[in-house]
Amino acid sequence: MCVSPASPDIRASEPGVRPAPGRTGQALIRNFCIIAHIDHGKSTLADRMLQLTGVVTGRQMRAQYLDRMDIERERGITIKSQAVRLPWAGGDGRRYVLNLIDTPGHVDFSYEVSRSLAACEGAVLLVDAAQGIEAQTLANLYLALGADLKIIPVLNKIDLPAAQPDRYAAELAGIIGIDPGEVLRVSAKTGEGVQDLLHEIVRLVPPPHGDPDAPARALIFDSVYDTYRGVVTYVRLVDGRITRRERSLMMSTGATHETLEVGVISPEPTPADGLAAGEVGYLITGVKDVRQARVGDTVTSAARPAAEPLAGYSRPRPMVFSGLYPVDGDDYPEFRDALDKLRLNDAALTYEPETSAALGFGFRCGFLGLLHMEIVRERLERESGLSLISTSPNAVYRVITESGAEVTVTNPSDFPGSATIARVHEPMVRATIIAPADYIGTIMELCQQRRGSLLGMDYLSADRVEIRYTLPLAEIIFDFFDQLKSRTRGYASLDYEPAGEQEANLVKVDILLQGQPVDAFSQIVHADEARDYGLAMTQRLKELIPRQQFEVPIQAAVGSRIIARETIRALRKDVLAKCYGGDITRKRKLLEKQKEGKRRMKTIGRVDVPQEAFVAALSTQAGDRRQR
Amino acid sequence: MPCVPPGGEAVPGDGALPPSALAGLGERAFGIYVHVPFCATRCGYCDFNTYTAAELGPRGAAVSPGSYPELVIAEIGLARKVLGTADVPVRTVFFGGGTPTLLPPAAFGAILAAIDGEFGLAPGAEVTAEANPESVDEAALYQLRAAGVTRMSFGMQSAVPAVLAVLDRVHHPGRPARCARWARAAGFSHVSLDLIYGTPGESDADWRRSLHAAVGTGPDHLSAYALTVEPGTRLAARIRRGELPPPDDDVLADRYLAADETLKAAGLRWYEISNWAAGGRSACAHNMGYWTGGDWWGIGPGAHSHVGGTRWWNVRHPAAYAARIRAGLSPGHAREVLTELQRHTERVMLMLRLAAGCPVAALGPAGRRQAAAVVAEGLASAQAYAAGRVVLTRRGRLLADSVTCRLTE
Repeated sequence: MCVSPASPDIRASEPGVRPAPGRTGQALIRNFCIIAHIDHGKSTLADRMLQLTGVVTGRQMRAQYLDRMDIERERGITIKSQAVRLPWAGGDGRRYVLNLIDTPGHVDFSYEVSRSLAACEGAVLLVDAAQGIEAQTLANLYLALGADLKIIPVLNKIDLPAAQPDRYAAELAGIIGIDPGEVLRVSAKTGEGVQDLLHEIVRLVPPPHGDPDAPARALIFDSVYDTYRGVVTYVRLVDGRITRRERSLMMSTGATHETLEVGVISPEPTPADGLAAGEVGYLITGVKDVRQARVGDTVTSAARPAAEPLAGYSRPRPMVFSGLYPVDGDDYPEFRDALDKLRLNDAALTYEPETSAALGFGFRCGFLGLLHMEIVRERLERESGLSLISTSPNAVYRVITESGAEVTVTNPSDFPGSATIARVHEPMVRATIIAPADYIGTIMELCQQRRGSLLGMDYLSADRVEIRYTLPLAEIIFDFFDQLKSRTRGYASLDYEPAGEQEANLVKVDILLQGQPVDAFSQIVHADEARDYGLAMTQRLKELIPRQQFEVPIQAAVGSRIIARETIRALRKDVLAKCYGGDITRKRKLLEKQKEGKRRMKTIGRVDVPQEAFVAALSTQAGDRRQR
Repeated sequence: MPCVPPGGEAVPGDGALPPSALAGLGERAFGIYVHVPFCATRCGYCDFNTYTAAELGPRGAAVSPGSYPELVIAEIGLARKVLGTADVPVRTVFFGGGTPTLLPPAAFGAILAAIDGEFGLAPGAEVTAEANPESVDEAALYQLRAAGVTRMSFGMQSAVPAVLAVLDRVHHPGRPARCARWARAAGFSHVSLDLIYGTPGESDADWRRSLHAAVGTGPDHLSAYALTVEPGTRLAARIRRGELPPPDDDVLADRYLAADETLKAAGLRWYEISNWAAGGRSACAHNMGYWTGGDWWGIGPGAHSHVGGTRWWNVRHPAAYAARIRAGLSPGHAREVLTELQRHTERVMLMLRLAAGCPVAALGPAGRRQAAAVVAEGLASAQAYAAGRVVLTRRGRLLADSVTCRLTE
């Protein structure tokens, strides 16, 4: 586990000498991550650590230093993991290297969390002293405990007047099974307690214990596409060494690549000669696509390859699907390019072309969850300047037909006719909700409405409770989180993980305009909810679709059975009453605009529907449900 | 005048027109519109470019009904200069507003004399003045007739007190009938009334009452407009606040059909979507100029003009207008020189509003295909189509905008 004191690595790390990458003994390395809920102050704590360890001076400092994407900084969340090397003078006078591996905090990215955890020996469990632990943090804590990480519980924001450190220290102690006195208390904002925390990390987190002399084995825990440098691969060296002079080998594909650059982030990329066992850094290998340097793969030396790869991760499977379309059909080629570019950086995103009679050409995209979907859409719009429409998200269904064939449905339009269906299986999730005990009733009511079944309930403290349910994923996708937040005044937090599937009485509701189905509005819902969905959609479309010269029926149907109907009355009058000298220019411009609008309309059967009506109908679908 | 002036290019300081506008000048009908931007009070539904004395500010304001005629006469001089030496007799003059009859009666004579002096009034020229029933009396009508006005148009709007109240109209319901009688006695053979339908709170019965009251005064011309709620008016604010219901399109359609039937029965035939006349000679020749591509010069603040495919409009505020005129500059605020496509769109749009309709031959190939479809859908007359014209049916008139869109494809 420890390297002999005679090793040259240690000499390089004696007091006064900063340990160099590639020559740092494992005994001096501490690899850790921070597990925290959004807004509990992880990025601020990371900022203080950067300053205290001297890698960023006060002048260089900017808030959320490690969050590189605009969208991360704006939303205050971390999407991609980062690893930063921090030199630290330990209390014992030795020069240590702390590798802070940043983790995303949101449920959709638990896959990214688990890969960050695999690169660490310890985790700082950071909890807001005014809020207590949240469900996603608890889920990530369980992941960390499962990965055998040393947990250092820390309460943040102790400077806040609303902080209740004693109360939440007791709560954390109860969850982890420690003494409340072991919970550290810091204020990342003022810096109070952060120095002690760094000392505790050195004291408590075990050093890595790889075999420095074995063939190299490095675990890829992130791959990021950079326009200027190609794919930058973040690795944790488990055994051996990787140097710039050796070709590298990806063990899953057998492909070898020239090693163009090896380095560490501190806090900007800093090239080095190599990385040694226990260290964390990056490789640039001339790989062009993040898929060729897959997260979870093992990198070894082409000249002296390892025999066995490290245990990797299972690839994340998209759980939520939605059709994405450019509002202006002419933008389709740019939209496709933007998706291709985003994929370089987002291994979890899947997409394939699809055509909608209502929305034109687009892509059916698969996402890890709703936040992932939102972020992908926002990045596409922001980075390519396109405006997009998304169809309402749906889960993936496994349909067994009467003939015994199995169909995987990611698009409601592809749902087979009800007469041919033998069984439908829908994906389930195991949801964990943490909330003040006062809200138990209202939370259970919501979960029951959403076809949930209670797994169990535990008090975290006298007045906070953890409630566990299995729920259909489709129910979570449909604004469950918004409902939960509004019913608990924002106090509840939610985490969910896949939990198999169940057979369910699901039907496809089609929306018909003058008898023609509008594919973008087809939705798979539970049979008991079909009518509500049908009523809401037909009423909404009645408001949004302009009157035509003829009467237009809007129907909701399950198979051939009509379950809701509205009628758009025929348009009888469109003419402006007066048209004198001064009105002519205005009226002509109005007509020109009307004609332009008509060119951009989609025709469903004989009915002209403006693109805006689709956008409005799709964007307010969730809103309807919310009101009920 | 519409509330929001359209964008456009700048008008040169001397008001000079492009050569394309001056080509063929005098071959087209030429009229002069005189805008009178004064009202005694502001009506809640009105977004016209008009001002009350209070809105124009204290004594010494740049413009008043007393000083206004000299500005009009100055712009007539400018018009003559801009149009050059071509022979352009004025076939129609229209005093609109605002409330033209707030001008001193002598002003009408002076303005008409200036027009005659600069351009020459064509023999039998039509000279219309708009009036609010409350703003004229028998003597004033005699004076107007004597000054050369040949046609009176009274803003009756409704015969129902509750409806008039919503519109903020101050006149007594019986007043328009008396005005019409006085006008005929004063020698006006052409008397027109304006009605508005679809005012919030107006019932079908109210509208029939207004129609019968109007017909009962024996006008030879009638205009009926669907109430248009213009943004920025007091009426729009009251509807937004929920104090009044917005006009309903289906109700407006029913009212229009009721108007067309009642007026037809009274011997008034539609010749433009919102206008009915006792015969060809009773149609408003000035407005026909607007609808048939004629030339006209609009005088006064915010007034619009059209000469040979160039449209321009004056600065809106009376004070700004006065400053330009007094500095010897064109009061033109902006203009647009229409492209051939725009002229085509306007021609089809305007002709379709007329009972004479639009010749099929004037349409493009796509428009001609659409014309057949429009006839098949019952929106245009099959008989007229057989004779080579697209003439809207009653139902088609209500959908003239969609038909125009289709015929200009």
